[in-house]
Amino acid sequence: MTEMKSSRRSFLKGGLTAGAAAAAAAVSGRAMAEGDPAITEVQDWNRYLGDGVDARPYGHPSQYESHVVRQDVPWLTADPISSVNFTPLHELDGIITPNGLCFERHHAGIADIDPAQHRLMINGLVETPLVFTMGDLMRFPRENHVYFLECAANSGMEWRGAQLNGCQYTHGMVHCVMYTGVRLKHLLREAGVKESAKWLLAEGADASAMTRSLPLEKGLEDCLVAWKMNGEALRPEQGYPLRLVLPGWEGNMWVKWLRRIEVGDKPWHQREETSKYTDLLANGKARRFTWVMDVKSVITSPSPQAPITHGKGRAVLTGLAWSGNGAISRVDVSLDGGRNWTTARLDGPSFSKALHRFYHEFDWDGSELFLQSRAIDEKGFVQPTKNELRAARGENSIYHNNGIQTWHVAKDGAVENVEIS
Amino acid sequence: PTHGVLHLGRPATEQEITAWDIDVRPDGLGLPEGSGTVMEGEPLYTERCASCHGDFGEAIGRWPVLAGGFDTLTRERPVKTIGSYWPYLSTVYDYIRRAMPFGDARSLTDDEVYALTAYVLYLNDVVTDQEFELSKENFTSIELPNEDGFVVDDRLSEPHYAEAADPCMRNCKPGKAKITMHAAVLDVTPEDGNEDEA
Repeated sequence: MTEMKSSRRSFLKGGLTAGAAAAAAAVSGRAMAEGDPAITEVQDWNRYLGDGVDARPYGHPSQYESHVVRQDVPWLTADPISSVNFTPLHELDGIITPNGLCFERHHAGIADIDPAQHRLMINGLVETPLVFTMGDLMRFPRENHVYFLECAANSGMEWRGAQLNGCQYTHGMVHCVMYTGVRLKHLLREAGVKESAKWLLAEGADASAMTRSLPLEKGLEDCLVAWKMNGEALRPEQGYPLRLVLPGWEGNMWVKWLRRIEVGDKPWHQREETSKYTDLLANGKARRFTWVMDVKSVITSPSPQAPITHGKGRAVLTGLAWSGNGAISRVDVSLDGGRNWTTARLDGPSFSKALHRFYHEFDWDGSELFLQSRAIDEKGFVQPTKNELRAARGENSIYHNNGIQTWHVAKDGAVENVEIS
Repeated sequence: PTHGVLHLGRPATEQEITAWDIDVRPDGLGLPEGSGTVMEGEPLYTERCASCHGDFGEAIGRWPVLAGGFDTLTRERPVKTIGSYWPYLSTVYDYIRRAMPFGDARSLTDDEVYALTAYVLYLNDVVTDQEFELSKENFTSIELPNEDGFVVDDRLSEPHYAEAADPCMRNCKPGKAKITMHAAVLDVTPEDGNEDEA
């Protein structure tokens, strides 16, 4: 039976290839009189039975979407353990990132934690230092929020100029999911924060024991301790079973595998807020505690990995915009490298500190284009150009590059990451 | 249940807090008892650290450089090390103890971390005496060269934000756009099959 099934599969695959070739011939005109074989011929999936409900207890994308995966860039880091990969933004739509495609950034690999053995400790300047189990945490009042998480280093390789060819690589250290968890303020209230408290230290349970200092006000304002993303448990690579969520702030602070929150009266100046995640300026001084991710956008299609293949005529331009300062109020797009701008159409839900989807439909006459997008957030901040950022900061800040991206569309529809005058 | 509002969780014990709360602040809060000398640090460093960070902190391959790079922060290619960039010695002690060696974290004793920290100071010429002993007592007397090299986040005072002007919509720049830099020319994107890039 298995054998029959498998031979039927290879037949089906072979049939598809032939069918695709025939369809292409039909579209090219010659066979149009007979009609499109995709329609006129009975396809295998019209005839044979598909898999039963017992075949895929946890489903996967179609085999025809196998190119929609996270990618890494080996030369960026010393090894793949303390490294990063990239969300395939060019293939996604809407504002929610599928869990399996959310970019990863680890400093000591993916911790494999038994949730029954996971603990969250709150200590320091509190009335009663506490230990919570996962079961304890799930008895707190829960909230659901959609937020973007952007690595501070997203677009960091582009400070000196166009380097990586594709929005997956230039902008793919970002994802956006719905988190379920408890407000950090409820946990802190349970321990009883002392009067002298001003800062929090969050710590992970992995072998990097990631630590970041954050001001107490942020912890009381909107931080979540989350255990679900898009309805299911966090993926191991996203901090299973528990992570910190800091809406609008740089991804490094969203400590994964969260095991401890310490309350103190001063920042700790940990490695990830001194050596790393400080932004060197042209004068040799460096900014520290650059927490917020500023207003930003990128056109995801057309883009180098998503060229125009349909020729002249109606075209859809789409992209993402986000801001750590709140909701996106407007996105402008330019087809001529910033000479003229048109306000794009925002579509879908607009959540504060989440990704926003925009579209601009236009008729392409086949001439070369210089595509740009420019986001404006609810606080009135306008996304700057890369040159404006460089004028203010120099080229060695590594982090927080939210400059306007340019894609060059050639006459054949190929798209390239460029810088323009 | 004596704590809180919802009476969830339980009080942490002293031993539990000691086991996990190992962070050290620049003012020395959190430093454990102990000490170690440059001389004691050298063989430890050679055995546990040099295969990634190099014999002199110069680093192998893409692993982090620990020493040198003085006066490079305004150059085109800054070399940011403990000596040239890090503001506080507490971070060195804290980070070695919590996360190093890479792949064998938490395997060093408190005295070994003092010795390694002393040796890293020596590699960076912050101390020059091989007999130098770093301890809980003298720790906060050591200053790193770039302690004053950090400023508060003042991004929003940059002209492109501070002006908060309505952005231009029509005829914003003269002439046609010209390409000044191509990503495809650099050719370092993985899909282009360039995998021998160091």
